[in-house]
Amino acid sequence: MKTNWLVSSRLWMGMAAILLIGFPFVSDSRSALILLTQIFIYAVFAMSYDILLGYTGIISFGHAMFFGIGAYTTAIFLHRWDHTMLAFLVSLLVVLVLTGIVSYLIGVMTLRLKSHFYAMLTLAVAGLFLVLAEKWRDLTKGSDGFTFYIPDVLKDRTTLYFASFFFMIIMFFLLKRFTDSPTGKVLQAIRENEQRTESLGYQILHYKIIASVVAGLAAGMSGSMYAITLRFVNTAVFGTNVTLDALLMTIVGGVGTLFGSIVGSALILLVHAGLTDLAKIHWIFERWMIFFGALYILAVMFFPQGVVGMLRQWKEKWKRA
Amino acid sequence: MQPILETDKLTIAFGGHKPVNEVSLKIMPNTFTSIIGPNGAGKTTLFNLLSGQLKPTSGRVLMKGKEITHLSPAKRTRLGMGRSFQITNVFPSLTVQENVRLAVQAQAGVYYNLFATPKKHAHFEKRAQELLETVLLGQKGDSLAKNLAHGEKRKLEIAMLLALETEVLLLDEPTAGMSLEEVPSILEVIRQIKNQGNRTILLIEHKMDMVLSFSERLMVLFNGKLLAEDTPENIMRSELVQKAYLGGLYDDAS
Ligand SMILES: Nc1ncnc2c1ncn2[C@@H]1O[C@H](COP(=O)(O)OP(=O)(O)OP(=O)(O)O)[C@@H](O)[C@H]1O
Ligand SMILES: [Mg+2]
Repeated sequence: MKTNWLVSSRLWMGMAAILLIGFPFVSDSRSALILLTQIFIYAVFAMSYDILLGYTGIISFGHAMFFGIGAYTTAIFLHRWDHTMLAFLVSLLVVLVLTGIVSYLIGVMTLRLKSHFYAMLTLAVAGLFLVLAEKWRDLTKGSDGFTFYIPDVLKDRTTLYFASFFFMIIMFFLLKRFTDSPTGKVLQAIRENEQRTESLGYQILHYKIIASVVAGLAAGMSGSMYAITLRFVNTAVFGTNVTLDALLMTIVGGVGTLFGSIVGSALILLVHAGLTDLAKIHWIFERWMIFFGALYILAVMFFPQGVVGMLRQWKEKWKRA
Repeated sequence: MQPILETDKLTIAFGGHKPVNEVSLKIMPNTFTSIIGPNGAGKTTLFNLLSGQLKPTSGRVLMKGKEITHLSPAKRTRLGMGRSFQITNVFPSLTVQENVRLAVQAQAGVYYNLFATPKKHAHFEKRAQELLETVLLGQKGDSLAKNLAHGEKRKLEIAMLLALETEVLLLDEPTAGMSLEEVPSILEVIRQIKNQGNRTILLIEHKMDMVLSFSERLMVLFNGKLLAEDTPENIMRSELVQKAYLGGLYDDAS
């Protein structure tokens, strides 16, 4: 096997990381900084979805619920209690407990059944949370949502940028460690051939629940960070669009790769921002769902392995050549 | 002595059809038993009932005297019953190495380790490599399982079964689809396991010479019924078996 610096993905990742760390010092574009911050946070959300879809082969239509639980919990803590770091950290703990419980219960209830039950139940429960957020007005101020203050240390856009960047890096390595672990390998075996995995002595249900919980926890954390960057929360965080975004990001970036979710998040949010700009020229660009629909179809038809999957394939060919 | 594996009027019905019909058998520990019978006799279905892939309509399965009729395949494997599949049944998009490694990991009882690095379990890889060499796939570790030739997949299947190190081995036509040159080496692997003398082996096989040279006991399955169960010599002599099975019905091609 010949190693070539051109195809060393580590090198490219390192360079990208240096560029991203340097970015705030060379650019004074506030909107670019905010966009990148969003990309980092959505990347974590997409990675959490990849644990389900890409690694275990479970489809969820309601992954937004964990994102929403994270966003609302943090927002409510900061709003009701105090806008301090302590309140934020405690809210993160509560998010972990809540998303852990919800993802565990949904997993136990549906994962022993045929796979579409998980998809349907997650859809239904996410819908329930949406209704809850609308109706529990005392706490959530209904569908208008509410703004809140964030801890002073995080107020600076650049600080928040770095906080989100390192949040993404840490989550990437944690989840990578998980997918490389003995348990992570079993998840991939389940995706490949469930019945065969079971005949090796693995109890499938336990593993699917583990995947469901890990994905739920990571998604909840990304929701918390999301609320912090917006300093605002409303019921949109529970919307089906949020789940579809994650689906699109993992598929376009490449399922079952984790890193693909980061690429997918960047692509989708950049295209989204680009279309929003173009909307000033013609209204058709405002209907970005049309473009995303088209993108989705093209991705599935022409590169079902996503960007990262395709790059890996080229790399393999290059190595052999 | 207590049989290690036992069935009691084991029956499964698909609609009106009963591919396994009131089969009662006893398998003694550390014996080598072959199951023969024409295509569609119910051999694979019987294995599916033993290993838990299918649940019987009626009847019972016992292992070491303990009823296991309602246990999942995973639990039966943990109790010490491993099997290979007639239709190749591997993890297509994982490498050959990873396929065997998963079986090694299961054997080691490492089920729920969420954060260990691959380095910590390097010995799994080593063991997997040994097993691959045993089945003559030593060079193929890095290939994806789906890119293997048919015969190679069969060997991978055997390596995965061996990795489990179970007391009971159910082998469903292990050499079917292999090229003729490959068959002897795989037979040699099976012979070695047999000679170790600490495994109970059930083999489904159409190759008569193989069956006769290995087996202590022979079972004949015909239309879902257990037609005869005896030493190979007696079976070959039996008129009933000759008529029903070894006569025109035997399909030598498969
Ligand atoms: N899941 C199922 N549903 C319906 N019929 C089935 C099922 N599984 C097996 N059968 C039927 O049971 C019968 C026995 O099949 P089985 O695969 O056990 O035969 P076999 O003895 O292994 O044959 P071969 O030598 O060709 O492998 C066949 O008629 C088959 O069609
Ligand atoms: Mg068969």
